[in-house]
Amino acid sequence: MSVGSSKPALRVSGLRKAYQDVVAVNGLDLEVRAGECFGLLGPNGAGKTTTVEICEGLTAPDSGDVELLGMHWNSDAERLRQRLGIQLQDTQLSEKLTVFETLRLFRSFFDQGPGAAEAISLVQLEEKKNSRVGNLSGGQKQRLALACALVGDPDFLFLDEPTTGLDPQARRQLWELIEKFKSYGRTILLTTHYMDEAERLCERVAIMDNGKQIALGSPHELIASICAEHLVAFSAGSNSKKLDVSALRGIQGVRDVRSENGSVEMQVTELHLAVPALLAELSRQNIPLTELSTHSATLEDVFVSLTGRHLRDE
Amino acid sequence: MSETTTLPGVRAAERKAPPVKSFADHALVQLTLVRFRETLREPEALFWIFVFPILLAAGLGIAFRNRPADVLKIATTSPEIARSLAHEKLLSVQQLDSNAAEEALRTGKVALLAVPGSNGSVVYRYDDTNPEGRSARMLADRAEQQAAGRVDPVRTSDQLLREPGSRYIDFLIPGLLGMNLMGSAIWGMGFTVVDARRKKLLKRLIATPMPKQYFLLSYLLSRILMLVLEVGIVLGFGAWIFHVPVRGSLLDLAVVCLLGSLSFSALGLLLASRAKTIEAASGLMNAVMLPMWIASGVFFSAQRFPDIVQPLIKALPLTAAIDALRANMLQGANLANMAPQMGVLAAWLLVCFVLALKLFRWR
Repeated sequence: MSVGSSKPALRVSGLRKAYQDVVAVNGLDLEVRAGECFGLLGPNGAGKTTTVEICEGLTAPDSGDVELLGMHWNSDAERLRQRLGIQLQDTQLSEKLTVFETLRLFRSFFDQGPGAAEAISLVQLEEKKNSRVGNLSGGQKQRLALACALVGDPDFLFLDEPTTGLDPQARRQLWELIEKFKSYGRTILLTTHYMDEAERLCERVAIMDNGKQIALGSPHELIASICAEHLVAFSAGSNSKKLDVSALRGIQGVRDVRSENGSVEMQVTELHLAVPALLAELSRQNIPLTELSTHSATLEDVFVSLTGRHLRDE
Repeated sequence: MSETTTLPGVRAAERKAPPVKSFADHALVQLTLVRFRETLREPEALFWIFVFPILLAAGLGIAFRNRPADVLKIATTSPEIARSLAHEKLLSVQQLDSNAAEEALRTGKVALLAVPGSNGSVVYRYDDTNPEGRSARMLADRAEQQAAGRVDPVRTSDQLLREPGSRYIDFLIPGLLGMNLMGSAIWGMGFTVVDARRKKLLKRLIATPMPKQYFLLSYLLSRILMLVLEVGIVLGFGAWIFHVPVRGSLLDLAVVCLLGSLSFSALGLLLASRAKTIEAASGLMNAVMLPMWIASGVFFSAQRFPDIVQPLIKALPLTAAIDALRANMLQGANLANMAPQMGVLAAWLLVCFVLALKLFRWR
């Protein structure tokens, strides 16, 4: 491959794209290193898909520059297309064709790559080889879409929300396939609004909101950046008897407290100290606890801590 | 990282010289095959392309067939009259009592009632505004006079003329053929392109290295393959069941069909160049096709429209296609005779195609 380990596989600088009155991407800089799986995270409408489609050469940016595998869309489009694997958000492949016919068609566009039958076994669809696409389950369709992206033996793979709408089992199956592809040393740019997906698959993630990057790092670094290892969520109090939230901030090991319609979320570093202290404070205020749960901090909590919103709030 | 790239098949380091692909793995061949498969696997489309025109031809051919002159039913109350009328083959005589005979005449079961008058005369009772009644009157009177001994002064004989080529079915089959060329090209092009756009399949295809012109070419190639079947079935049916003639050269006929189909395909492509929903596309297609079904002389001659709109009607692609088909099949015209129609079709092809390429959106 012409891209050395020092040179990024994808470099995006100063990207801007506006549709009518909406600014979808607002001055974005990104670098994806060769051989890594890079996650682009954010809620719906954050500008992920627009960014990816600009990188894929499907949408022209208003301004900014995209350098992909050392090439540019305006001068090397044909050579670039041969080296990219692309999965778009909700493409519906022709339902009347079989899995094999579909892959044979996509394979015919590329100079080289695995044959249709080989691509089918890559995504473990052998027993569906001669089934019509219309008869496949959602997970099988997504695997076929992945196979269509792999038939050209791509150096760079774009996956736009590859597991949206799938059941947990189908999602895990697809993750395993993506991990297998990663192990071949290829570069992946993945968008998702599932934080667990990014944590599992990505070496580095960029969190996007309103067309801008608001955080960048490995999932581990990002989680560490909010200085809390655990999240404690509970419900207590009522309209007549309000909980005094400010008293909670003084508890040892509590980093931050957010309260929303009677449910409270605390970022905590030392769970074993914070929970007994919380219970003591509640009984001092004489407020009964109605719900309590704790979990280790995730990228979702990073997003909440950065924006004050949950990822899936539309 | 090249040493780690072991995806089955090839390594990234081998990207220099693409291996030579077999003919079947060429992108254009695959795209055309896919188009062909998609059409053949769509039962509704097959019905409209292959079965519907045959049903229509059969139905109309039977409804408007040239029947032998009908035998007219008449009644009489007298056995003598019944006997003398029995010689006329075009009359079927019933002998009834007077009440039943009156009833049969009044309800139209018989066209005429012959009753004995005074002094051996015969009285014909019938409705003179009814053509059947008037015919029955002439036939009955001729039979009655001949039975009484009249001899015609001039000897006459009949020669019957029911020649293929001048019947309604002969007029209809080229019309249906033209209508079928238009329908299958516009629907085949329009629906599939808009459907692929709606499903974002077009966008997915241009995200691959597929040469864009192959996509369009595959439509034209599969259209030509389908054309052979469509035209073959309608023509074969007409020739086999109704003995519809093809007097011109088959090669000329093929050229007319091909040019017609390409023109309609270009029109279909133009109609589908922007639409994002099936509803929008089918509205457009119907708005374009319906006037032509009516005005272009599929079922009746376009000459029936006023002279002032004739130039407009003649400029429609369906009129040109049908006129050329009729000229070839019924009058045996060659391509030179059909130059005006071919010119109209070629103009539509050129204008629609150029416009469609300018307007086409992949997403």
